Amino acid sequence: MFVIVVGGGRVGFYLTKELLAEGHEIVLMEKDPRSAEQIRDELGAVVVNRDGSEGMHLAEAGANRAAIVAAVTGDDADNLVVCQMAKHHFDVPRTIARVNNPRNEILFRNLGVDEIISPTRMVLAAIEQDIPVHELLHLANLEGGELELLEAQIAEDSPALGRRPADIDLPDGCTLFVVIREDRAQSVRPETIFQEGDKVIAISRTECENDLRMQLIGHVPEIASA
Amino acid sequence: MRVIIVGSGRVGAGLASQLAEEGHEVVVLDIKTEAFRRLAPGFDGQALRGDGTDESVLERAGAQGAEWFLALTNGDNRNILAAQLARQTFGIPHVLCKINDPMRSDAYATLGLDTINRTEMMIDGIGRHMGRPAVPGAADVNVADTAVAAGSADAQTADPAGAPAPDLPASGVVAAPATTTDSNGGR
Repeated sequence: MFVIVVGGGRVGFYLTKELLAEGHEIVLMEKDPRSAEQIRDELGAVVVNRDGSEGMHLAEAGANRAAIVAAVTGDDADNLVVCQMAKHHFDVPRTIARVNNPRNEILFRNLGVDEIISPTRMVLAAIEQDIPVHELLHLANLEGGELELLEAQIAEDSPALGRRPADIDLPDGCTLFVVIREDRAQSVRPETIFQEGDKVIAISRTECENDLRMQLIGHVPEIASA
Repeated sequence: MRVIIVGSGRVGAGLASQLAEEGHEVVVLDIKTEAFRRLAPGFDGQALRGDGTDESVLERAGAQGAEWFLALTNGDNRNILAAQLARQTFGIPHVLCKINDPMRSDAYATLGLDTINRTEMMIDGIGRHMGRPAVPGAADVNVADTAVAAGSADAQTADPAGAPAPDLPASGVVAAPATTTDSNGGR
């Protein structure tokens, strides 16, 4: 498979190394001449000293026959432009962007980037999983960010404690579908009664998140997430 | 009318100063405070230090409800990201994006962004000065191809003439940087 990697930082370097080892055809584009030279010493002629957001250079690199373009520079703006040019100007079937500012995720998806990788979000998620706060945990975005997969832990002060799904006034466009109890997942059924310590997995429209929080957790977050 | 200008370079600061002078509500953003020295001495708009490609910075700058958004930094890609945030996330009706790479500027015009290209303008201007024929459209804003601008909250792209907002002089603030006589005439 022919893959164009844009950005020769750590991510681009190791990515290219792995892909080469798997036998793929790669071009790695790095715009800084010194960085390009350094990685060329190790990776060879697959490294070109070109700016991947310039249409002309993408064309030279063979973008019109690439199966994947992966933009992994440290700059969100560069990554967006690389993917949009690849997608809309060269019809590349699959584009992947690294996103550093988590607030750019939805925008990038709406603008046609196929796959978003957010290191910030990943670390954030890992940290949040470890903190036993009674908060609504954000697990994933679905349908281009319109829907969210959320987890709520039922605490002793939860308004949902001891109640069945029908007794909970859920906002429209919001579904509770799995409850995790003692490390076992089970579907939420009409007869399910929520207990302390239950983790409820829900799908919600983004704008209903606060209503859902009020029903399952019972209070607004003390610290607004940035 | 609120106008947000990202990038307080010569064009950004000059335009901001003129618009503020005319009584518009102007917010200029730049990542460097020194850049604000280019603003006219009596500038009574807002100068905010911040990254115009950051959604939360734009929020603070009052992007919600702004009428015009002009992305005029030196980085094509930063302008492209800022302009698309302005249009998609904040639904600003009039968004203009400076893109100096002609190929990128054409590509984004077909993606629904109004773009302005210094490279083509200068080639055209110098060419005309040398007595060569003008390149059609080179001195103007490249108005987005409306057929593919779907999903855009942009009312202006529906107008093929790309008419400026009614409360701006028809001589065209956006076209002003094309020639020096125009921009001086605006004062």
